[in-house]
Amino acid sequence: MQKITREVLIAKAEELLSNGTVSKVLGLKKGEFSYDQTPAVFTDIESMKKDFVFDDFSGANFSKYLIKETKKGEGKTLVFLKPCDTYSFNQLLTEHRFDREKVYVVGIACDGMVDIKKIKNAFGDGIVSVDATTDTLKVETLYDGVKEIAKAEVLAERCRNCKSKKHVAYDELIGEDGEVISSNRFDQVDELEKMTADERFAFWQNELSRCIRCNACRDVCPACTCEKCVFDNPNSGVQNKAAANSFEEQMFHIIRAFHVAGRCTDCGECSRVCPQQIPLHLLNRKFIKDINGFYGDYQAGEEVGNRAPLVNYTKEDLEPSEAVNKGDK
Amino acid sequence: MRKISLSNLDKAFALIAENAKLYIPVDGKGGASFKLWQEGVKMSDALNTVRSAKDFFFPQMETLMEFKTEGKNIEIIDNRQEKEDFVVFGVRACDVKSFEILDRVFLSEPVDSYYASRREKGVIVSLACGRPSETCFCKTFGIDAANPAGDITAWKTETDLYLLANTEKGEKLLSAISSITEDCDGKAVEEQKKQISAIMEKLPLSNVTTEKFGAGKTKEYFDSPAWDELSSHCLGCGTCTFVCPTCQCYDIKDFKTNEGVQRFRCWDSCMYSDFTLMAHGNSRASQKERFRQRFMHKLVYYPDNNDGMFSCVGCGRCLTKCPISMNIVKVMKTLGGKEND
Amino acid sequence: MINETLIPKLGVITEIRQDTPDIKTFRVVSPEGKKLFEHRPGQCAMLSIPGIGEAMFSITSSPTNTEYMEFSIKKCGCVTTWLHAAEPGQNVTVRGPYGNPFPVDDVFAGKDLLFVAGGVGLAPLRSVINYCRHYRDRYGKIDIVYGSRSKDDLLDYQEIINEWATDSGVNVHLTIDREQEGWDGHVGFVPNYVKELGFDTNKIAVLCGPPIMIKFTLEGLRSLGFEKTQVYTTLELRMKCGVGKCGRCNVGSKYVCKDGPVFRFDELDELPNEY
Repeated sequence: MQKITREVLIAKAEELLSNGTVSKVLGLKKGEFSYDQTPAVFTDIESMKKDFVFDDFSGANFSKYLIKETKKGEGKTLVFLKPCDTYSFNQLLTEHRFDREKVYVVGIACDGMVDIKKIKNAFGDGIVSVDATTDTLKVETLYDGVKEIAKAEVLAERCRNCKSKKHVAYDELIGEDGEVISSNRFDQVDELEKMTADERFAFWQNELSRCIRCNACRDVCPACTCEKCVFDNPNSGVQNKAAANSFEEQMFHIIRAFHVAGRCTDCGECSRVCPQQIPLHLLNRKFIKDINGFYGDYQAGEEVGNRAPLVNYTKEDLEPSEAVNKGDK
Repeated sequence: MRKISLSNLDKAFALIAENAKLYIPVDGKGGASFKLWQEGVKMSDALNTVRSAKDFFFPQMETLMEFKTEGKNIEIIDNRQEKEDFVVFGVRACDVKSFEILDRVFLSEPVDSYYASRREKGVIVSLACGRPSETCFCKTFGIDAANPAGDITAWKTETDLYLLANTEKGEKLLSAISSITEDCDGKAVEEQKKQISAIMEKLPLSNVTTEKFGAGKTKEYFDSPAWDELSSHCLGCGTCTFVCPTCQCYDIKDFKTNEGVQRFRCWDSCMYSDFTLMAHGNSRASQKERFRQRFMHKLVYYPDNNDGMFSCVGCGRCLTKCPISMNIVKVMKTLGGKEND
Repeated sequence: MINETLIPKLGVITEIRQDTPDIKTFRVVSPEGKKLFEHRPGQCAMLSIPGIGEAMFSITSSPTNTEYMEFSIKKCGCVTTWLHAAEPGQNVTVRGPYGNPFPVDDVFAGKDLLFVAGGVGLAPLRSVINYCRHYRDRYGKIDIVYGSRSKDDLLDYQEIINEWATDSGVNVHLTIDREQEGWDGHVGFVPNYVKELGFDTNKIAVLCGPPIMIKFTLEGLRSLGFEKTQVYTTLELRMKCGVGKCGRCNVGSKYVCKDGPVFRFDELDELPNEY
């Protein structure tokens, strides 16, 4: 697998900008530290050489930004998509959220991104620098000098359970494409299913009790693209910025999970951005697992135009009573 | 100055908890948070809690009053109650400073009684920051992490906790645990202060300055073209505002229950699209205006109304938590120009 | 315990007047039938129906009215729609007064006054106009230019015709946007009418109406020679607390609920254009 580096991507961007294929590049800009990166649009190669960054912290899913970016100005937007991002990309196209012709996708291989939270859990605060050029990260802190940790130990949750190394959408690829891989991503769901209803309720109550209703999970979610969310609509009767009781907190997350069911590609952005580290992706994974069980394996975003089982009708569809029984086990 | 061996800390907590509810930072899923102390609850070593200590005085949600309605009749029920005494232990210098900033809003006329009664009943024991994080920039706002304010200031070493009362409330609390504390000179504390100050100088954000900001700068920055790019990828979520110790905007909403209507106040965010939405339009129509409001408020508007005081304490929570890593430091560096870099 | 400004008083709607197809005027008193609280011209109050919401309205009745308060309310959002369906006897909650009043007792004293209003924009000016009419000898000549979409959309029409227009030294100039049967008065937009009328500049002007009307009327007055220091207006933004704490109604560092709603145009020039 070709190692994807900042230099490789800048060279590709230079080529596509100079030959007129694209007019801008959606990427990440380096921040204050060695790990914080902010989405940015680059229109010239000089600014890219100065600020563009791509490394093991470049985990953000760019697909959703394309909705806004493709509406701005003429010309194509170049975006580098990791395999997991391409599923969101296709799902957004399936839902007609942006014009495919206005995007130029360069697929980039990915061997997993790291999570700064996990590095901080291991070494504490005061991270001066992180060198992630090899599979052993060198982390320098203010207090303990340089320490090493295996990349595998600090992989982002979604990368630890990566579902696919295959790009399902691209205009060109850098390097060779991978395959859909088997993962253990449903293990935690299994564990939750093994709990009694009371235990499970207690688990979620504890997790969701930390929710501060910042809406980051919803705002970052590529499946949450309603122009006006029901939870932002004063006329909906459920627009509450804080829960007046604990039921409401649960309702927000459960309604959201229901709404993205069949459309969630399991990209993991919700859990990545949650300031309270609530494992929100588990709600979605439960739905994915159930859909797979009820209707046969289905991966949202695998192909543009796929109809999700929940919005499709076949004579073989599960009867509601069966679903209830299956769900009850 | 008094000191207590760390091995006796639980005893001190037990003594304090006899007379007041005691909250200490505790490790948990998702990071540290202030929890009610009970036998067996251990204090976290984390530098800071995920949510700020403002929650104690300005909670995420609180009931203001209730109503009963029947036909055309309304009954207004003022069910405010005397608050209980409580002690918050282990508040960092930045969060302690945030109370001063919140006070200027909630305690200015007309005084907010909900906030005021909690402020009156709360005792703050601050804790100097032994290991500041790379995201800390409290020094920018004149805050001394080595010498935090509060009713009592505490310094923790490997073996002992040193305590110095700064107010009458603090004296009272210290005397309540005098049986297990002893007088001491401040040598170990002086040593720690020096260490902390040295670290503060080394922090990557130690050179961020407020020089370019403050009262009277609205015209200079409001129409800056930089806002477009700074705000261009803001998700419009409320993470920065909700983890911020100084953000205090709120909404007032009604919740219908079987028994009547509960009118509650909850945190609101200027980042939200409905914050300024009226039936006939929105004065801040796009995310750019909302984004600008948040930072202008912290760096210019608040100083305008509060003798130049900024409404940021450099705690670094927004730096850690923003989903796109956009934050006040980047805003200050971009708007303030190269000198700030 | 501290008197809490967020806790309202109980009010009773005693009379509802359908002023225009979409504006009703509500008369509110305490359960004992008294006036709820004193206010100054241009100040506002928070009205609420528990479970529906709370919203800021200008108090349209004059402070010199000792018996009741009135609110002229256009049907446009949740609270206003609910109120429009209410009947006399309905309880509401009221808190206030909020904001800075018009400087009727100092700056306005002894001066000629020009009031310019459009549509429901007359509501906040009515308290000032009636205050100045009550203390008629304290002010010079009063001109009132008021326009609306149609004759039916003119707020307080009966009061204007029967009381204001018959006062000595008070000149009322009404206009409607388009020709209408049964209307033999002026037809045309307010800003143009103000220019046509061509007032001398030795007076204070007060504007209230839709933003577009304010913009062009101000331009018109400027072309007549008015300085911005002579012209006042009153702003409206979304509000929740009414006391400068909930953080949403600011224009730059000024809170409309506390530092406004009354502003002079030279003061507004100092603020960012975000209202």
